[in-house]
Amino acid sequence: MRTLIFRTAVPYLASLMILFSIFVLLRGHNEPGGGFIGGLIAASAFAIYGIANGVAPVRRAMHFHPMSIAAAGLLISSISGLVSVFAGVPFMTGLWGSIYILGEKIKISSILFFDIGVYLVVVGAIASIALTLEERERE
Amino acid sequence: MAGSSEAQIDLTPAMNLEPVPLLDWLIVMPVAWCIVVGTILLMMRKNTAQQHLVAIPAMGVQVLITAALLSQIIINGPTTMVMGRWLPPFGIAFTVDILGAVLAFTAAVVALACTIYGIKDVNGSGRRYGFYSFLFLLMAGVSGAFLTGDIFNLYVWFEVLLIASFGLLILGSEKGQLDGATKYAFLNLVATTLFLIATAYLYGIFGTLNMADIALKIAQSDGTLPLNTVAGLFVLAFVMKAAAFPVNFWLPASYHTPRVVVSALFAGLLTKVGVYAILRIYTMLFSLQREALEPTVNIDALSFAVAIVACLTMLLGAIGALAQTNIRRLLGFLVISGIGVMLMGVAIGTEAALGGTIFYAVHSILVMTALYIAAGMAAKLCGGAEDMTKIRGIYQKNTLLAAITLMLFFAVAGLPPFSGFWPKLMLVKASIEGAPWWAPFSILLTGFLSTIAVGRVWALSYWKPEDDDNETQDDANAKSPIGVSDFVPLIGLTIIVVVVGVFPQSVFELAYQSAEQLVNPVAYIESVFGSEVVE
Amino acid sequence: MEAWMAVVVGALFAVSIYLMLSKHIIRILIGAAILGNAVNLLIFTNGRLTREVPPIIGVDESVLSAQAANPLPQALVLTAIVIAFSFFAFLLVLGYRAYQELGSDNTDEMRVAEPVDDQTPPLGY
Repeated sequence: MRTLIFRTAVPYLASLMILFSIFVLLRGHNEPGGGFIGGLIAASAFAIYGIANGVAPVRRAMHFHPMSIAAAGLLISSISGLVSVFAGVPFMTGLWGSIYILGEKIKISSILFFDIGVYLVVVGAIASIALTLEERERE
Repeated sequence: MAGSSEAQIDLTPAMNLEPVPLLDWLIVMPVAWCIVVGTILLMMRKNTAQQHLVAIPAMGVQVLITAALLSQIIINGPTTMVMGRWLPPFGIAFTVDILGAVLAFTAAVVALACTIYGIKDVNGSGRRYGFYSFLFLLMAGVSGAFLTGDIFNLYVWFEVLLIASFGLLILGSEKGQLDGATKYAFLNLVATTLFLIATAYLYGIFGTLNMADIALKIAQSDGTLPLNTVAGLFVLAFVMKAAAFPVNFWLPASYHTPRVVVSALFAGLLTKVGVYAILRIYTMLFSLQREALEPTVNIDALSFAVAIVACLTMLLGAIGALAQTNIRRLLGFLVISGIGVMLMGVAIGTEAALGGTIFYAVHSILVMTALYIAAGMAAKLCGGAEDMTKIRGIYQKNTLLAAITLMLFFAVAGLPPFSGFWPKLMLVKASIEGAPWWAPFSILLTGFLSTIAVGRVWALSYWKPEDDDNETQDDANAKSPIGVSDFVPLIGLTIIVVVVGVFPQSVFELAYQSAEQLVNPVAYIESVFGSEVVE
Repeated sequence: MEAWMAVVVGALFAVSIYLMLSKHIIRILIGAAILGNAVNLLIFTNGRLTREVPPIIGVDESVLSAQAANPLPQALVLTAIVIAFSFFAFLLVLGYRAYQELGSDNTDEMRVAEPVDDQTPPLGY
């Protein structure tokens, strides 16, 4: 799979896919999309980067270990469920607020953070499995 | 969703709009706490030296949380918390009664013991692979399964604990572990898939997944629904998880392969989650007025099948234990035999019998974990050997360990004055009253056979002095490979086993109350739907 | 419609059980994957099949229309797919590792944990 064309195209493709995955993640707020599907797209970006350039550059590029990313995601998700204790509502209740950025009102919710957590869990877990399998193929 | 619609719709029928008392948070805290600590430990995998410094206090907090939850449930009765304000049957509900709280508390105690035992048993590479984080995620799954009030959610917690248990099972990636894990993984996958199939049918019949709602609808159903089939599917799935006779082979194939601490944890917790699920689904939900087979004994066809399975399971477990030389495999068969005893209580289904089952489950969680830990320590004394013929003279080497193990052997065989005696007494009494003659007979025969099995281990490996010709091994063991952190959990669990055996009154009352709540789940349903639903 | 789906589900179950009865891990693995899909279709069928009406509440309505698809089975199936997927990935890695370490994917030959030449325990003191 280490053809020149593939290896030249993959960095652009992978970065585009990760950008797109973040777009899908944020779009999931009100329209089809969301953390799970976004995470899958990002994980496949890492996977094809690994196919083209080997696993070690991917691990370097990710900086954190994939399992740590998944753990951080799970932590964000559970904390976004737990914050509702301060509002006196049950576990996992969505809390809404809005912030103003450059005069534009942006609604922000604990659900969004839950979704970001899901995104990170999926990226970490799937990338971890994919990279493990790719490493074994090289052996 | 709720926030974006601008509050023109009346949401009171669908949403809980009242503030939630802070104490209700105790219901979700065992799960949430385990997940939070598990993720933090997963992120600090590389700091192997500090992990247990976080894990042990955190598991101590888990014990405190579940203890507080238990006392709260005893005072206030079953309590419900709905996720995200959606009222049942729309939202997922966590409903806790005494049964769930007692088992969650016992599980936390056992997990604390395993966390402490893990200090020495799990080395650097095991910790880098995430032993402690998987332990906490496993506890999240176990606590979630005990506390949830929604069948599909129960399935999800089963999967959570299953995936965490895979991680623990292959911690060392040795050949035997991979072999055992393969069998364990595939058979448990089939079991949970069966559970999902049964859940799908139940949803198709009633259009709801909330346990209280299903219990209500089954009680009101007219007897034309194919409920026995669905109940049979559920029982098959859970019996497979609990490792009962025709579907038990994954347990002795895998439980002796991982690290001792992992075996101890699995033996204590995983099969009991299956027993809990049978109690919850079969006894509480499908408490139908079934046609009794014989007028003298109140047992219907499906319960009759469960009774036969229970008999075969306990006898096979005891006979299998007689045939083993590897001590950990022998203990695996004793776990199976205990499952059979518990299933007998489920089959009889009276309050006394269910009380015996619940008491036995608590006893089995404590004593099986303690036994695996004790066996691991004995193996350490003999340079890692696990074979009955290779472990020799434990009494000579460490009298305290031999004495504790003897107590645990007595407890697992059901001899007084230890914790195994009382639940067996309750079950024998209940089965004399409510089951054919072979039920009490097989319970007693099982006790006899397990006494022989464990008695032989004690006589050969503990009591019999070491042969004189291998003095070199004595020198190697002179520095005593077992330390304080090994003895603390073992002695702690043994003290609980002895105290429960000598003063069984409070556990007996708890078991009896939870059995009452299972047979007559009015309080459970009321806690979900409010008191006006139940007439 | 439901009847045809039941036939499909039954066929998938038959295929998966046939595959899982094989001795080879890889076939059991494929059988497990098919089993997961069979169950997903089963859940879907159990939740009433309807065509072409998505379960979305319109702007000026407060409840779903009666013809709308049942959203709950979709949520359940989605959860089950995710779980089955992660399971499959794990089992794939596990089966591959076991194949590498044990040198066989035949379950009859995987006897490390339960050796064939197991001794009987000593009968006397």
